[in-house]
Formats: sequence, C-alpha cells, structure tokens
Amino acid sequence: MQIIESPETYDVIVVGSGAGGGMASKILAESGLNVAVVEAGPMFDPTNDDQRTQLRWPWESPRRGAGTVRTFGDFDSAYGGWEIEGEPYTRKDGTEFDWFRSRMLGGRTNHWGRISLRFGPRDFKRKDTDGLGSNWPIGYEDVAPYYDKVDKLIGIFGTKENFPNEPNGYFLPPPKPRLHELYYIDAARKAKIPAIPSRLSILTKKINNERGVCFYCRQCSRACMVHADFSAGTCLIFPTQKAGKSLKVFTNAMVREVITNDEGKATGVSYINKDDRREYSIRGKIVVLAASACSTARILLNSKTSQFSNGMGNGSGLVGKYLHDSTGASRAAMVPAMFNRKMYNEDGVGGMHVYTPWWLDNNKLDFPRGYHMEIWGGMGMPSYGFGFNVSDLNEQFGGTVGGYGTKLREDVKKYYGAIVGISGRGESVPQLDNYCEIDPELVDEYGIPVLRFHYKWTEYERAQAKHMHNTFEQIFEAMGAQPLGEKPGKDQDHGLLAPGRIIHEVGTTRMGDDPAKSVVNKFQQLHEVDNVFVVDGGPFVSQADKNPTWTILALAWRTSDYIIDQLNKQNI
Amino acid sequence: MDRRESLKSLLVGSVAGGLVLNGCTPTEQKEIVSVDKPTGYGRTAKEKLRDERLRNEQFFAEGELETLAILCDIILPAEADFGSATEAGVPEFIEFMAKDMPRHQVPLKGGLMWLDNQTNERFNLDFKSCSPEQQLVVIDEIAYPDKAPEHLKHGVVFFSLMRNLTLTGYYTTEMGIKELGYVGNQPNVWDGVPQDVLDEHNISYDPEWISRCVDQSKRMDLAKWDEEGNLIT
Repeated sequence: MQIIESPETYDVIVVGSGAGGGMASKILAESGLNVAVVEAGPMFDPTNDDQRTQLRWPWESPRRGAGTVRTFGDFDSAYGGWEIEGEPYTRKDGTEFDWFRSRMLGGRTNHWGRISLRFGPRDFKRKDTDGLGSNWPIGYEDVAPYYDKVDKLIGIFGTKENFPNEPNGYFLPPPKPRLHELYYIDAARKAKIPAIPSRLSILTKKINNERGVCFYCRQCSRACMVHADFSAGTCLIFPTQKAGKSLKVFTNAMVREVITNDEGKATGVSYINKDDRREYSIRGKIVVLAASACSTARILLNSKTSQFSNGMGNGSGLVGKYLHDSTGASRAAMVPAMFNRKMYNEDGVGGMHVYTPWWLDNNKLDFPRGYHMEIWGGMGMPSYGFGFNVSDLNEQFGGTVGGYGTKLREDVKKYYGAIVGISGRGESVPQLDNYCEIDPELVDEYGIPVLRFHYKWTEYERAQAKHMHNTFEQIFEAMGAQPLGEKPGKDQDHGLLAPGRIIHEVGTTRMGDDPAKSVVNKFQQLHEVDNVFVVDGGPFVSQADKNPTWTILALAWRTSDYIIDQLNKQNI
Repeated sequence: MDRRESLKSLLVGSVAGGLVLNGCTPTEQKEIVSVDKPTGYGRTAKEKLRDERLRNEQFFAEGELETLAILCDIILPAEADFGSATEAGVPEFIEFMAKDMPRHQVPLKGGLMWLDNQTNERFNLDFKSCSPEQQLVVIDEIAYPDKAPEHLKHGVVFFSLMRNLTLTGYYTTEMGIKELGYVGNQPNVWDGVPQDVLDEHNISYDPEWISRCVDQSKRMDLAKWDEEGNLIT
C-alpha cells in the first residue's frame, strides 16, 4: 500500500479545527489564500438534528444522560474524553496527567464553558512579578488590538471594571444574576472579595444577521443550534465557507507528521484517513499546527528526518516541555434559606452569570500565582445521578436518613436547587520537568507513536489549592451556607485536581526570542522552519489565572496577519 | 404572544434548524411534535450501535424484574397527585443501567437474592410472594441506615442502591420532572429572579449592577460600541 497524494497544493494547511485552527483558517482564507483544514474527527454542526443534543430531555437517553459513553454525559458535545478507544497515551514514573481530546470539527470549542478572559499586562510578564519562569516575548499591548477584534467578531458579555489585570473589552451586556448568585455576591462583599458579572462568549445581544441570540437554556455545553455561543465551526469555519472563500475541510483525518523537503522546509502533512485506514498526504506551502498543545507537540516530535533527528523544530529540545494546566479545586454547599424553593425557570446562560477574578497580592501569600472563582448551583435539569443519597443530607440538616415513599419525595423537593458551588481555577508555575514525549514502545490504532506524560504539581500549586478551600469556606460562612463533605487536607493535596483535569493544556511549544530557550518566535513561527506555525495553546509561556481560549484566538489572528504580511513580502 | 410566536421572535435572524423556526401551518406543527419523540438524541453511529446492542440484551430474569418492580413502588408508590415508579418505567430503566454500567450487576442480582433469602428464612416465601406487610417487615429493617442492625448491612447497601436508581429513574422522566416542578429546557428570556422570590429571600438587586445588565427589549438591536468600548445600542 502506498501513500495517496492529493493532487492539489494548498497555500496553507491548518491542522486542527478548534479555536486556533478555526481562527487561522478564517483569516487566511478571507485574505484569498487557498486553505485546507485537517481535522481528526467527524463533521459537526449543532444545527444538524442528527447531532443535536440541545433541548433534549433526560428521558430521551436510555441512561438519562449518564457519563458512560461521553465523559460529561450523553448530551455534552465533545466526541472524545479523557480516554479514547484506540488512541491511548501513557504516563511516566508514576506521575499523573489526564489528557482530554475532542475529535470533531470545532474540537473542544463545542462544549467548553465559554469563559473568555483576556490575559492582563502582568500575565505576560510573570518573571518580572515573582521571579519565576519566563516572561513572554510580547506584552499585553501587542495582543490588545486582537482581543478587541475577537470581542467584536465573536461576541462576549461582561462589564468594564477597570481592574489593572482584568482588561476591559468590547462587551455585550451580561445577564442578571440568578438567586444563588445573589447569595454569592452578598457573601463575597461581606468577605471583602470582589464579585463581578462573568465574561462569556455568548450572545446576549445581536452582533450580526447570521447568528441567533441566546434563548437561555443553560446548555452551551451541548452546542447551540442558533449559534448564539462561540464554537470554531459555527462562528469561524462555516461563515467563511458560506462567504465563498476557499476553505476545504478534511474530516476523520489524523495527522501523523509534517513532511519536509531537503532544504528542511515543510511541504505538507501526511495523515491517516480513519474511514478507510489508508495513509494520505496533502501538499501545502505553509503548515499551521493547531491540533492542541499536546497533539501539536506529538506531530512535531513524530516529524523526524535526517535534519530533524529530535523531531521538527526541536533543536532546543523543548518541544513537549513546560506542559502546564490550570489548577482546580471545588467545594459545594447547601443554602438552608433556599430549601423548598419556589419553582421558576432560572436556566439562564450556560455557566455562571457572576465570578470573582483574582483579587489578592501574591507577595503577601505563600504561593506565587492567583486564581479566579467560578460559581455554580441552582435548579438544573435532572439527569442520571439526580436524587442519589438525597436523604443523607438529613444527617446534616435534620430528619431521617433513608426511608421510602412520601418522605423521600419531600426530601428531594426540599434540597432541590438549594446547592451552590465554587470552583477555583488558578495559574500554575510552568516546569521544565513537566512534559509530554513520544512513548518509545506504543502506537495508536493508526500506527502513530503515542504520547507519554510526566507531570508533578509543586508546593506552589498545593499551597494555592489550600488557599482556595479556605476562601470557599469563608464565603460559605458569610452566605449562611453549610459546606458539604470535609475540607480536603494535606494528604489529598488540598483537593488539587490531577494535572490535565481543567483542560487548559498549554506550553509545549513555548514562545521566545532565543531559539535555544524556545520553540516558536513571537509570531508563533518555528525558529527552525519558517513556513511552520503553531496557533494552539502550545506557544503559551505561562498560563494566567484565566482560561486560554480568548488568547489562543487573539494570537492565532495575529499570526495569520503575520503570515499574510510575510507572504506579501515574499519572505516565506 | 403564544409559545410558537415567542420562539420565533427569539430566533429571528438565526440559522436555526427544523425545530425552532416555524410558522403555524399544520405540517410545521407536526415537526415540533416529532422533535419530542425519542427518535434519536444526537448519537454518533458508534453510540447508536452500542445502545442497540444493550437494548437487545436481557439482564434480569422475569422473576427478578417482578421483585424489582415491587421495590421500585415501595420506594416511590403512586400517591394522590403523583404516579408510581413503575408507571414511570423505572424497572426498565434499571434493566438498561445494569447493562450500561456492569458494576451494578452483581450488587443488584445479588441483592435480590439476599432479599429472597431473608423472606425465605422468615416466611418460607420468596420476596415477591410475600404479603405487602411481610415485605415491609424486611424493608423497614434495611431502609434506615442509621438504625439497621449490623448483620443486615448487606441489605442496607442494596436498598440504598435501589433507592438511588429509583429516584434517578423517576425524576428524569416527564412525569418526575413535572412533579419536581422543573420548568426550564425551553427557549425563554431570562430577565432576573421574580420579585416575589426576591422578597421571600429578603434579597434585592444592586441598582448599579442591574443597570449594566442586558435590556431584553433591545437584545435584537445590533450591538455597536463607541471607541472606548461603551455599548451604544
């Protein structure tokens, strides 16, 4: 069997169709370039009724939405999860890293929380602030114009707060807080902790004639059939194709490697077609990698030639290194004042209407980086797990544990919707020794060598998680809420979740001016191969106490402008 | 404005699929109805095959299903205003879950046998053949974890699993959700907590906060900003 070559040579091949790949393919195709997007999963469009999960009822699923098949439940719009049949990965030296992948057009943008936070000026210069890690070679002022453009193109609600490290933007108006969020605001103020409207890429107001406006079903994780939230397919790729631009999508195409010529320039990519399990190649003048931080590292490390014996662009040895995820810890509580609540539709948008950005000075704390807090709770739609152990709550709030009949029905209604939860999401300190590399023995079902992870949290992250839990209790106390379960202690890393669990993988192809200390330059161009770019989270030098998507989008747009400029100048 | 019209107004200018953009002609009304039928729930081909395979398997024997049904209706019997667990199809749901989550299989099958053993010893009858009074003698001993005697802990664990599956199975049906009073999962316009609820909780919206929130009467006006990023529409 031989490799099947595609007859056409594309101006640009984009690997991956998530936030970075979607944005790059849009900007590059709009400029008149002939673009191919190569996606490892199937086509996905939430307007397709065969794929739609939005507005479905729990009883439409025989398992009532349980997470047996899809990690976050039947109605979640991510095809994939922590484990994918036929696509394993391994871990080294007993360390932990859980790798989430979503194989579908738009990738993880179809189900994500839409929390769209700009990095602030300090986030690009962490070494200047605390002496740890490295600064980015660019600053907020380089990215700000692109954040502005992303705000206006995609739409985000929020409020101008004029906080020094939480930049303002072009915001749509936020939705009003729900009841449990009002309790949170009140409690946070009592505890002298800021609470402000959240910033999510959901349309509370019309931004163009193509996309619908939010109809408040709280189901952004299911992907929106009226395209009222951001996903790469619905907001970037489909509109570009609809406008008649040259943007071809290859689906179920799992990229193995970037192909190079004798001069060490990229000439295309090879991929396995998952449908016929044969190997194909596509020629392109420029290759833009946006496969996710770890998948991009895997492709580069698997692109070995005589010139690139350690993998493409890996002269520094840093491809795969400095892998980092956000930290995470959560706690839930019951609000007795909300027992036996009055019923009304409080679905709201998918996710929180209120949040807390980082508010303290790390110089006065025993950990160097901050975290933000996300609020959840209220009257959600029941699905598998609803009512489990409900009467156990009686032990804490009075009444009989166990039983059956009328009493049980009363327990269910008493506690329904009276829950409130807080999740801390923080910045970790990137470490050289946290990495992914090619497993020397294992391949996936397509014959492609798989990743092996090595990742350990440091005391910085543990101390931060401890602080999160203290804050949660402080707020719950001010709220008159009673936390559930025990506060996790030192033996449980203070409730710090395993690396990878927050699904903010970044850092594997870090950005820098010095080719010995970084993989890409400040335009996300490989130092060693000038026609290969990376536009996913890989180039992040440090992940802020923010979510990475808005920065991935802004940087992908910036890189696309640079590619167009360099092509015009005939530099690449 | 009726529900269909309000739907339409919400979605004007959208690229919605078959469900949402519709007029009032009878054929289009049919489309709405068809969406409510469980013809599919957004499955991939592989997921469909798995569901089908599980549906074609039978885990519990007929007699076991009878006992399950009795237990489900002890946990959630019909009441004046509410249906029973069996009316909501809970035994069928548990049958599916046992195949979907094989970890439930041994505790469920074994638990049913444990129960038969208990009634055999006491009444020389299997559980389902006992009178309701006899059944409750055993159930009352295992339904309250804090009071159950040590030697019946196995039964407590089994009954707790049955209680969990029955509650989940019931409250995720149309009947259960109606009883619970959840009224979401439909297009609407969120405009804050109702005033009577705010009053009941003695809580109010901060006027400054609320002044910056969305004015729902203007949500269909195209967003425009001044150069400072202030929304002007």
